[in-house]
This record gives sequence, C-alpha cells and structure tokens, in this order.
Amino acid sequence: MSVKNPELSAEMPALSDSEKKSAERRKLWNINANFWLCFCAFLTMALLVFLIGYIAYRGVPHLTWQLIRSETSHLKHTIGILPNILNTLYIIVITMAIALPVSVGAAIYLTEYAGRTKLANIIEFATETLSGIPSIIYGLVGMLIFIQMFGLKQGILAGALTLVIMIMPVIIRTTQESLKTVPDAYREGALALGAGKWHMIRTVVLPNAIDGIVTGCILGIGRIVGESAALLFTAGFGLVLNGFVKAMQSSSATLTVALYVYASERGETDVAFAIAVILMILTFLINRLAKLAAKKLKKV
Amino acid sequence: MSTILDVEKLNLWYGDHHALKDINVEIPKNRITALIGPSGCGKSTFLKTLNRMNDLVAGVKIEGDVLYNGQNIYDPSVDVTWIRKQIGMVFQKANPFPMSIYDNIAYGPRTHGIRSRVRLDEIVERTLRDAAIWEEVKDRLKKPALGLSGGQQQRLCIARALAVEPDILLMDESTSALDPISTGKIEELAQQLKEKYTVVMVTHNMQQAARISDECAFFLLGELVEFSATDKMFSTPTDKRTEDYITGRFG
Repeated sequence: MSVKNPELSAEMPALSDSEKKSAERRKLWNINANFWLCFCAFLTMALLVFLIGYIAYRGVPHLTWQLIRSETSHLKHTIGILPNILNTLYIIVITMAIALPVSVGAAIYLTEYAGRTKLANIIEFATETLSGIPSIIYGLVGMLIFIQMFGLKQGILAGALTLVIMIMPVIIRTTQESLKTVPDAYREGALALGAGKWHMIRTVVLPNAIDGIVTGCILGIGRIVGESAALLFTAGFGLVLNGFVKAMQSSSATLTVALYVYASERGETDVAFAIAVILMILTFLINRLAKLAAKKLKKV
Repeated sequence: MSTILDVEKLNLWYGDHHALKDINVEIPKNRITALIGPSGCGKSTFLKTLNRMNDLVAGVKIEGDVLYNGQNIYDPSVDVTWIRKQIGMVFQKANPFPMSIYDNIAYGPRTHGIRSRVRLDEIVERTLRDAAIWEEVKDRLKKPALGLSGGQQQRLCIARALAVEPDILLMDESTSALDPISTGKIEELAQQLKEKYTVVMVTHNMQQAARISDECAFFLLGELVEFSATDKMFSTPTDKRTEDYITGRFG
C-alpha cells in the first residue's frame, strides 16, 4: 500500500452503526477475556510463590544442623529428624526397587505383546481404577494384608509394599504412554532386519521411551515422598533412629508422617515447617536428578 | 534363469476382506521384478507376505505356499527371523533408527551376533559403498542418521538392509517420497544390486517399472492379472485390463 488513494487513506470505508457496535463489542470481549485469563494464570503463580515463600519463611529459621543430624529424645529433650529423613530414603529405595521393574515389565507386556485381548483390557481398566483410589484405603488394605495376614511388623517393609501397589499404576500408565510414542516404523525396521521381538524392544523401543519412563519414576517418587495416609497404619509413627535392616520391621515414620506427628500431636509447628522445607528441597532435587538421568540415557 | 521365490495358491484375508486371491507366480533370481497396479490392489500386501511382515497385522489370515529356494516360509518349523534376514525390506518412508549412521548399519549384523569392531567397520563401509552413499557420509558416521536428507536416509536404509547379507531385497514404493534426483540414484542402485541380489519392488510409477524392471506383475483387486517380461507387458499386454491400466485408462 505504498500508493495512497485519497479516498481510502483518510479513513477505513465507512461502517454502519450496527457494524461499529459489534466491532466495539468484540474488542471489549477480547480485552475482557484477556484480563481474566491473565488473572487466572497470575493467581496460579501467586499461590505457588506464596506457598513456597510462606513455608520458607516459617521453616528455614528452624532448619538447624542440630535438627537434621539428631534424633528425638524425651530424656535429652531434643528434637531431631535424622531418622525420618533416612526412613524416607529407605522407603523410596525399597518401593522403587520393586515397583519399577514390575511396572515397566507390565507396561511392555500390555503395549508390545498383549494386543487388544480381553485380559489386557481388564488389566488396563484395573490400573486406571487403582490410580483413583484414596490413599488411606491403600493403607488400610496394606495393614490387613501385609501386617495381619503375612505377619510383618509395622515398619518400612510393610509401608513400602503398600506404596508399591499404590504407585504401580502411575508408572505403568506413563511408561505405556511413552512406549506408544515410539513410531511403529522403528519396530518394523528392526523386525525386517531379522531382529527377534524382545531384541527389537530392548534395542529400539526402550531407548526411545526412556524419558517417559523416567517421568513415571519422578511421579512415583513424588507420591512416595508426599504420602502419609497410606503409611500411618503400615510404616508407623516411630521416631527412633534405626539402621536399614532394623527399620524394615520396626515402626518408622517418614518425613510426611513425622510432619503430621509434630504438627498435630506435639504442637511443634516450627519443626513441622522445617520438615516441609526439607520435603520441598528433596522433591526439587529428585526432579533435577531424574531429568539429568533421562538426558544422559537418551543419547545421540 | 532360476526361480528364487515360488508362490503357490496364495490367499490372504484381512478379517473378512479377501485381499489376495489365488496368487501363483515364480520370481526369478538376480532380476528386478516390479509389482504394479492401482492403489488398494494388493501389491504391497503381496510384497509383505514374501518376508512375513504381514504376520504383524492383527486379524490377518494367510493360506498357500511361498517357497524360498524350495523351502516353504510359512511352514511352522521355519524361524521367521531367519526368513527376514534372508529376505530384506526397504519401506515406503525411510525409517532410520534414531542412532548414528554407523549404528544404523551395524544394527542388523550386531543383531545376528557380529561383535568384532573390525568386521563391523568393514561391513559398514562396504554396504554404504554398495548403496552409493559412502562418499556423502564417510566423514560423519558418528552423526545421527536423522540429520540426513530424505534421499540419503532412504539409501541408508538400503545399506542397512544389505548389511545382513540378504538374498532378496523387497522395496515397497521406496522412491515415492523422494525427489527426481534421489529417485534416479536409487533406480540406478537397484540396477547394480541385481548382480548380487534379487530385487522385488512395488511401484506406482509406470515409467519406473518400464525403465528398470526385468519382469513385471500387474495386480488388480487382489488378483494377479498378468506376469511377464517388462518389455513384453508394455508393448503387447495379453490381458485387456493390463492394457487399459498401462495406457492410463484407469487407476
């Protein structure tokens, strides 16, 4: 439009009144929608920042070396959360050691081998349903099965086994989703070269799905770290420092359970906030580590 | 001229759909055989029965015999991975694995148990030379194969198929997604490959079939209408339907 037309340059072609009105209304709507959507996004962010800020403000001043390195003792009048930190790590290790191979195996079976059989449909329906059950019910069932039926003592082992049931659906679903994103052309290419099915899965499918599997692990670990209800009856409330082996069969509170104990039973709100800070740091670290691992594993 | 693949009374169903009807054909060794016909006529389906890639399709039912050097490849005692090693395949769309160029070529040999670095190096260079792509990639063998152009990727896939030392190479419209220059390279390549291998190719491109194939099979609605030497089919087709198709009256 470099050549100016004297009739058009002054103004756009005249609009009728009703057209002007509707154009104005559209404009208003646009501004309105823009404002509200922006507000929603901002609100979400503000809530997060407030939450983190408030927890840090209340928790960090009470986060002392003394608290992290020692255990709680009524005789010495000390409060320490070292046992709870260790218990959390123990329960992560045991739960993942069982849940990860079983879930990944199940996901591979369901997506690569089972096809659309009735059994596969039932298993998938079951995993979907399992992931929607409130965690206190897992705790109840875990207590009845692992402790009353199998005769385990309240402790890390019973807690971990309960959590295995709880997080398996999470890892299965995310692993399945990531297996489905691997193009069939890769599978066909490998099979056409005379690769066996398992060889094909191991060398072509899994390396390309690894980041999704890692995401599943992060979600799983996130649930383990954040879980308290399922552990109340199974892992117990114990605040005593135990070694790895002893902790398996003796009442051991994880950080979240300890948070509950300190906040509601002993009125030590400051300790509870300090634990909250540690939980946030732990979640953040696990997230970073897993992302790094995924990058390393997905070479090329 | 000896027969390498002898197909007898081959019938194939996808569920209720009768996709291949009583196919009888003898595919000669060290020749290029082209499969032509309109879309949906069953030529790709037929190609995939030759190395049992159709086994992967759910609800497929296959009857009849495919004899490879006298051995029925649908015999229950036959190891399907052995069949696919002997009868390699290049797909319509280039499908290199998301690995380095070197690892793509070495994938097949490694699968079949070759671990020696020296031998793998030798195979990689020989097959890339055979596929006329060595000069273009020799300095970046460790780079990802997905960084190559479409035509290069397809030649890489040919090299990858050759690396397991097959007897027969099946090509499923392998040039349909490529530009004319890449297509020309692959056609020329096929001509050279028939010295060592037998090539069976599906093509939509009538000129391509006329240019490079020795034998030609015309499929229509799941039937093999005509099978003869290419020059004969394009000059004096015996069946009216073949004539109509190659003169462009339908399809």
